[in-house]
Amino acid sequence: MNTATAPLRYNGFAVVLHWLLAIALVGIFSVGLYMADLPFSPLRLKLYNWHKWAGIIILTLSAIRLLWRLSHKPPALPQSVTLGMPNWQVTIYRATHVLMYALFFIVPLVGWAYSSAAGFPIVLFGVLPLPDFVSANKPLAELIKPWHEISAFALAGLVVVHVTAALKHHFIDKDGLLARMLPGKA
Amino acid sequence: MTFTFSPIARATAIVLLAALTSVSAQAQQKLLPAQSEVGFVIKQMGVPVEGHFKKFDAQIALDPAKPETGKIAFTVDIASATMGSPEPDAELPKSVWFNTSKFPQATFQSTSIKGLGGGKFEVAGKLAIKGNTRDAVVPVTLVQSGATTTASGVVSIKRLAFKIGENEWADTSMVADDVQVKFKLTLTGVSKF
Repeated sequence: MNTATAPLRYNGFAVVLHWLLAIALVGIFSVGLYMADLPFSPLRLKLYNWHKWAGIIILTLSAIRLLWRLSHKPPALPQSVTLGMPNWQVTIYRATHVLMYALFFIVPLVGWAYSSAAGFPIVLFGVLPLPDFVSANKPLAELIKPWHEISAFALAGLVVVHVTAALKHHFIDKDGLLARMLPGKA
Repeated sequence: MTFTFSPIARATAIVLLAALTSVSAQAQQKLLPAQSEVGFVIKQMGVPVEGHFKKFDAQIALDPAKPETGKIAFTVDIASATMGSPEPDAELPKSVWFNTSKFPQATFQSTSIKGLGGGKFEVAGKLAIKGNTRDAVVPVTLVQSGATTTASGVVSIKRLAFKIGENEWADTSMVADDVQVKFKLTLTGVSKF
């Protein structure tokens, strides 16, 4: 079973990025939900800027994570697990991962585009101005605005599917699948 | 018996006064508001955000050959400030920002004008915003083209000196103290230089 080319678990760096981004995504999503309904105030202004800075950091980490994933083969699902999975579950398993990766980029990029179109260039940490890849344009900003929210909710939905499946495997199937992504010895 | 002006006499006086005023206005320079701009740039956590005033006026009496004899009075209708989106525009008139209902106008009154050569001038004067008056030196560059002259410049002011943004908004880590005010005024009647 155990061959050199098929690792049984995710490597250490992938595990670190997975959990770091998991925490970051839950955090930025919660802040995004909260700040959107705040009245005009210093707190709102602060949270919007922190949200944008965090979004840029998440985008960067996601790029690193994607490169790492493409250059380091992830462990295949163990045969003991795939044997018990109907085809539709395997399809959802694959689709969830591809879509989550796509949204790791789409959500922050759409947010960045919205900020630029709305006339608020992102200045990372208040000191480093980032380029606007969309020029300031109010009607365009209004057009983009709902898509940041829609894509973020789509990602949140996929995360729920992903977490539910992981918990099902861990607590109901008790197949040890989750251990592949937990910190521990390789 | 008290002496009163008849309505005709009063009307005549008003017409005469208006004629006189327009004569003296012709002797001065005239601002073309539609071709003029007064804007400002604030920095929110490092992010430059632009705004502008839609209504302003200027009384200018300036002979570029003898700038020290000139006088400039500038008035900005504060309620006409806009930052281009409804949220901040709803905030600007509030008392912590401009307190527009109490201080509807900002004014600049020159005290001395210095010619620096090459169409450049230094206009010193009193800038009054929100009931606070401060000395200000405004660099102005004149460029003539045909019958019109544009007067442009940028001046940096400290918003807190005028109490623009009070209480929680006085925090300069949120909104920088320095505010850039940019203007481009199109004038007629400036003599050739």
